[in-house]
Amino acid sequence: MQGYGFLLPALAIVVTFQVLPVLYAAFVSLYDSRIISNLWSPGPFVGFDNYAAVLTNPDFLRSLINTVWYVVMTVPVAIFLSLLIAALLNRKIAGRDLYRTAYFVPYVTSTVSAALVWYWVFQPRVGVGNWLFGALGLPFQRWVEEPRGVGTLLGLYFGVAIPDLLTGPSLALVCIAIIQIWHALGFDTVIMLAGLTSIPSEQYEAARLDGAGPWALFRQVTVPLLSPTLFFLVITSTIRAFQAFNWFYVIYSGLVPPDVKVVTIYLYESGFRAYRTGFASAVGFILFAIVLTLTIVQMAVARRRVHYA
Amino acid sequence: MAVVAVVRRRRRLPRWSDVAAHVVLSIGAFLVAFPFLWMLLTSLKTLPESAGFPPTLLPREPQWGNYPAAWAAANFVLAFRNTLITAVVQTTGLVLFASLAGYAFARMRFPGRDLVFLVFLSSLMIPEEVRLVPSFVIVKFLPCPVPIDTICNPRGGWFDTFTVMTVPFMAGAFSVFLLRQFFLTIPNDLWEACELDGGGHWSYLWRVVLPLSGPAVLTVALFGFLGSWNAFLWPLIMTNNPEIRPLQVALSIFRSQEYGTNYPLLMAAATFSIAPVLVLFFFVQRQFIEGIARSGIRG
Repeated sequence: MQGYGFLLPALAIVVTFQVLPVLYAAFVSLYDSRIISNLWSPGPFVGFDNYAAVLTNPDFLRSLINTVWYVVMTVPVAIFLSLLIAALLNRKIAGRDLYRTAYFVPYVTSTVSAALVWYWVFQPRVGVGNWLFGALGLPFQRWVEEPRGVGTLLGLYFGVAIPDLLTGPSLALVCIAIIQIWHALGFDTVIMLAGLTSIPSEQYEAARLDGAGPWALFRQVTVPLLSPTLFFLVITSTIRAFQAFNWFYVIYSGLVPPDVKVVTIYLYESGFRAYRTGFASAVGFILFAIVLTLTIVQMAVARRRVHYA
Repeated sequence: MAVVAVVRRRRRLPRWSDVAAHVVLSIGAFLVAFPFLWMLLTSLKTLPESAGFPPTLLPREPQWGNYPAAWAAANFVLAFRNTLITAVVQTTGLVLFASLAGYAFARMRFPGRDLVFLVFLSSLMIPEEVRLVPSFVIVKFLPCPVPIDTICNPRGGWFDTFTVMTVPFMAGAFSVFLLRQFFLTIPNDLWEACELDGGGHWSYLWRVVLPLSGPAVLTVALFGFLGSWNAFLWPLIMTNNPEIRPLQVALSIFRSQEYGTNYPLLMAAATFSIAPVLVLFFFVQRQFIEGIARSGIRG
C-alpha cells in the first residue's frame, strides 16, 4: 500500500482539478445556474434544456462554424509546411540545428506577447500587411478588423459577384490562422523530423534498387513509414485548434467580433461575462463531444491507413 | 595523392538541390523571425514614427528610453515577481509529485494500480474548456487550512491565490507518463543492490532512479516552467488581485488600458516578457527539442 502514499499528491490533484470538474460540469449543465452559492444546489433543475438552448443558439452555431474554419485552415497547412521543412532538414544539410532552433522559437514565445506583435503586423491602417500589399500594388486591407469573407474580398478585387456560400472565413480569421500556423510550425517540424530520421535508410536503398524515383520514394516509403507521426500530429493539432483562445482574446482585448469569435470565446463569455454557469458547462460538453467524435473518426481512418512498423 | 582525393571528394561542389533547400529554409526562417524583428524595431521608435505610413524600417533615432518607460508604466516588477514565484513553485512541485507518481506506476505493485493509471491517462483527453467553468466554481469551495491571503482564504477558498495558480499543474498526466516510461528502462539489478543495502523505495527513488533520469526530469521541468511562464487563461479567470496576477495577464491588461495604442511601449513590454524565456531556451534548446521529439514519437 506504500504505492498509494507515493501516488497521493498527484492523485489528489488529478481528482480535484481534472476528474471532479468534469463530473461537476455534467451535473451543473442540467441546471439553470448563475452565480453559485451552494455547490450542490446550483439553481432550478432544467434537464437537457441548456443543451437544446446551446444547439439552437445562432451565436453558438456561428462560433462553431468559425472554429471549424480555423481548424481547417491551420491543421493541414501547418502539417504540410512542417513536412516540407522537415524533409529539407533531413537531407543532413549544413546548419540543420540552427534552422531547427529558428523555426522552434515561436513555440516557446508566450502567446500573449506574440498576439500583441502580430496585431502590429496586421494592424488595419499602418501595419506591415498594408505596406506589403501597397508595394505589390494590391488594395489595402483591414486585416484583423476585416469582417468580410476572403471569398467576398477576392470577388471584389476581380469584379466577380460571389454567392453567399463562397464568402469563406473572414479575413480577420485567416490572419489569426496564420498566427497559429507560425506558432505551431516549429513543434510540428521537430516531431516530423524525429519521425523522418527514424526511417531506416535501408528502406530507401531497397526501394531505389527497385528503380523508385524521388516521388515514388516519397509515396511508397516516406508516407507509410511516417504515418504514425502524421496521425499523432493530426490528432493533437486538431484538439489544440479547437481549444484556441489566447490569440482571439488578446488581439481584440477581450471584445472578439462575431466574425472571428470561436467556441472557446463563446464559452468564456457565457460563463464569465453572462454568468450562465449551467449553459456554459453545456457548451463545454458539446465541444468535448465534437472533439471526441472527430478523434474517434480519425482513429478509425488511421486503423486502415497507419502502418506501425 | 590519396589524401588530396579524399579531401576533394568531401568538399564537393554544392548540389543545386542543396542550394535550393537553403534558399527555401532561409526564406522560411526569415518569415518566422520577422515578427520578432519587427517587435524590436518598433520598440525603439517614437510614437509618431511608429504610426506613420509607410512604416520606416529602422528607427530614425533609437528610443532606448521606451524600455524603462514601459517598465514603469504598469507594475511589471510585481508581475515578474509573481510569474517567477509561480513558475518556480509549480515546477518544483511538478517534478516532485510527478516523480513520485511515475515511480509508483513504474516500480511498485499495489491493488488498483492499472485502474488509477487509466484515470491519469484519460485526464489527458479532457479538454481544458470543459473544466473551465466548473473549476472556477469548485476552487471557491476548496478547504483552507492555513488562512494566509496568498495561499487561501476562508471565504473565497483558493480563488485569487498563488495556490490556485500552481497546485493544479503539479501532476500533469503527460509528465507522470513520461517519467514512468523513463523509470521503466532502468535495469532491475540496481534495485536488488539497493535492497541489499537495506534501502526501500524512497531511498531507491532519490539515490538511484532520479540521478539516472536527468534528461526525462529536465524535459518535465522545462515543460512545466514554460507552461507556467506563458499561462494566461487560467490565471485570467482564477485571479483578480493585481498584487498576485502574473506577467501575461498584466501584459494583456496593459494592452487593454490606455497603452493599447502606444505600440512602441507595448512592443518594449512584449520584448521583456519574451526575453527571459528565450534566454533560457537558448541554453537548453537541444535538451528541450530532443525531449519533444522523444515524447512525440511515443505519443
